Amino acid sequence: MTQPPDQRTDARSQTVPTDEQARVEAAAARTGAGIAALRDHPALAPVLRNLGLLVVLALLCVVGTSTSPNFLTVDNFRNILVSSSVIGVVTVGMTFVIIGGGIDLSVGALVALSSVWASTVASQSHGAAVMILCAVLVGTGAGIVNGVLIAYGRLVPFIATLAMMVSARGLAAKMADNKTQIVTVQQINDIALKEYAGIPLLAIIFGAVVLAGWLVLNRTTFGRRTFALGGSSEATRLAGININVHTVLLYALSGACCGIAAVMLLARTTTGSSTHGELYELDAIAAVIIGGTLLTGGRGTLVGSILGVFVFTTITNIFILNNLATSVQNITKGVIIVAAVLVQTRATSRHVST
Amino acid sequence: MSSEPVPSDPAGSPLLSMSGIVKDFPGVRALDGVDLEVRAGEVHCLLGQNGAGKSTLIKVLSGAHTPDTGEIRWQGRPVTLSTPTAAINQGIATIYQELDLVDGLSVAENIYLGHEVAPGGITRRRAQNAAAGEVLGRLGHTDISPTREVGTLSSARKQIVSMARALSRQARLIVMDEPSAVLAQDEVENLFRVIRELTGQGVAVVYISHRLEEIRAIGDRLTVLKDGRTVATDLPAASTSTSEVVSLMTGRSIEYVFPPRPPKPTTSRPTLLTVDHLSLDDVVRDVSFTVAEGQIVGIAGLVGSGRSELLETLYGARRRTAGAVTFDGRVLPRGRVTSSVRRGMGLAPEERKSQALLLEESVLRNVSLSSLPHFSRFGWMSRRKERHDVTAGLASLQVRPSDPGRPARTLSGGNQQKVVLARWLLGDTRLLLLDEPTRGVDVGARTELYKLIRQIADDGVGVVVVSSDVPEVLGLADHVLVMRDGTAIHQGPADELDETRVLDMILEGTAA
Repeated sequence: MTQPPDQRTDARSQTVPTDEQARVEAAAARTGAGIAALRDHPALAPVLRNLGLLVVLALLCVVGTSTSPNFLTVDNFRNILVSSSVIGVVTVGMTFVIIGGGIDLSVGALVALSSVWASTVASQSHGAAVMILCAVLVGTGAGIVNGVLIAYGRLVPFIATLAMMVSARGLAAKMADNKTQIVTVQQINDIALKEYAGIPLLAIIFGAVVLAGWLVLNRTTFGRRTFALGGSSEATRLAGININVHTVLLYALSGACCGIAAVMLLARTTTGSSTHGELYELDAIAAVIIGGTLLTGGRGTLVGSILGVFVFTTITNIFILNNLATSVQNITKGVIIVAAVLVQTRATSRHVST
Repeated sequence: MSSEPVPSDPAGSPLLSMSGIVKDFPGVRALDGVDLEVRAGEVHCLLGQNGAGKSTLIKVLSGAHTPDTGEIRWQGRPVTLSTPTAAINQGIATIYQELDLVDGLSVAENIYLGHEVAPGGITRRRAQNAAAGEVLGRLGHTDISPTREVGTLSSARKQIVSMARALSRQARLIVMDEPSAVLAQDEVENLFRVIRELTGQGVAVVYISHRLEEIRAIGDRLTVLKDGRTVATDLPAASTSTSEVVSLMTGRSIEYVFPPRPPKPTTSRPTLLTVDHLSLDDVVRDVSFTVAEGQIVGIAGLVGSGRSELLETLYGARRRTAGAVTFDGRVLPRGRVTSSVRRGMGLAPEERKSQALLLEESVLRNVSLSSLPHFSRFGWMSRRKERHDVTAGLASLQVRPSDPGRPARTLSGGNQQKVVLARWLLGDTRLLLLDEPTRGVDVGARTELYKLIRQIADDGVGVVVVSSDVPEVLGLADHVLVMRDGTAIHQGPADELDETRVLDMILEGTAA
């Protein structure tokens, strides 16, 4: 208390950078100066950001290889890719919505509705192209309804998409008359059978959607505005950006992804059904969350979400190879979600405290 | 709960006495030796300009801030109010402007929140309601039912509930921060009646208000703060003249250097913005003014006088209810920020951290946010051009640190404000609206900001500056509007006004 107050102010204002410095220095000492320098290298940044998930994936591969002789085979990796592809496409749309500060609970129901609508007798009579167009348009249209309810109707995203989830599945059941619709158009079924250079067409579609999504998120004004909207909708609005239009576009994009996923599912199962895509919303949200995207929006990566999808699909794959019950599988998934979010919140709270 | 019997106050010994209170924040000394003495049963008024230290003093009293040095004596004994709970347990209650009530609970539940009538943990609803009714009765408000849900009450009645809560905790001193700001005239009279009930029971009230007529009506004594110091105390509230109060509040020890105004142009400059009889419900009423290219228009007034709302309405962030805004020869549509921005308007809002910045994003992305179309073709970003232009913009405003990759959160207040300015200067902004541009900006950085704002104007940009700081408005602006209760009560060139006259108008409501 004897210290002159002025000096004390100085000391206090310096504590923040000193702490930061100390931490950085300690980290550098731990990892070695060379690695610390590498950390800032732009090419390595995405790898390091998702280091946790890559480690988990590597561990899963070790577990898979040691428990089943069939795990480490080309066929099995192709399996993992194909079973990741449908939910993966849905997850791309979900990543946009969550980074933009929203949530879309209707994705599973929209996949079902799109698959049923595209596989009605009338739709099938027009051939594959019309079926694909129909699926994507139905998904996009329902997404626009979500967006309009949220942006202009001022509904909370959770409520609006919950309502859509229930009613879209209801509509799908009504249209299909609670029956499973068989796809007789061979070109659609071929999507699941074709391969190019040994890579299944489904995986190629998945890859193309991810690439397009990554470019839109990271290289376009649309992507920029998505991050801004999720970071602070008020600041984004006052910066002169039409946040209502942007919100509608985000949910439309998510719906369009559901439409694409519906086509892929039509091909894989050769059926359209109102029970398709059940719990996709939870799988997609879980993948986005363990991929490091903040549920409150503003921050996240598409690469992380996709790695999240691979983690979940690989777990399922290992359990199937070992003939284990799905109950144990679900427990494992739950543990992984909690662990990932714990790591994430600790990382953010450390940010805030500095 | 320290409901211990009050030691028989030796005659004249004050209930509360604070002396030499000092409180430092990084870069700012908020309190620099404040003395305050409050007697039991009196209404003690606290006056001071924006930034004089009133809010910090309240926070020290309520236990939210701990002073660095100085002594607080309560009922003759030294105390430390280290937490809000400690202050409440001593019997010091604070009623903030944004009332801290739970809307979903009943009146009685709110009054007894945290000290429920619940022996053994089982709530005795009937007993609690009866007790609440009794406390409300002491305030002369038997008309408020203890079982009513608080969310359905008017703000005036919520205030009464807050006071009842303080009473139920045996408060002996109640601090009221601008209680009349949310009240209509007849509600103010009721508030005064309640305050007299309280003081009649020996409770002391520290009353903060900018309205001298209220202070004369309810106050016993007056303490004036300036620059974190007590400049006068023990003044009789009823008989101290306005001119004496104003002269105590004005003049400051730290003088900011304002850039010189350019010589008056010989030919009149083209008008950029015409605000014509603009209204927003009751908040902004019938305001008209113009801004020319290169002109700085300052808007002075108290918080709640409608200044910020005026800016936001003409920007399109709020939907005007009457009048017109003409910018660059065209009438702007109502409530459409996008079209204002497209035509070249930019707003630096009052709450920089929540309304202007994306704190977690890089400075680069914060700056380019409003001019993304400049850096893209068909939505595809040219990141090299973006980085190049943003870096140049940051350099010309001397933002420190200059690294555009840093998160905006890590910058100081002054540099964050420059990031917001850089955002608008990057686009072809021709009219800048600045709401409290130096709020949270430390002393040294202010002068630099003033110079920047003048430079921006000299480049032909029209500027509107809103500030609670009267010298800032007078020093920076060419033309000044004085606002009170939503209307512009005075307009004129800045060099024909002085601080005393403006304060007079703001406090007394007398137009010059």
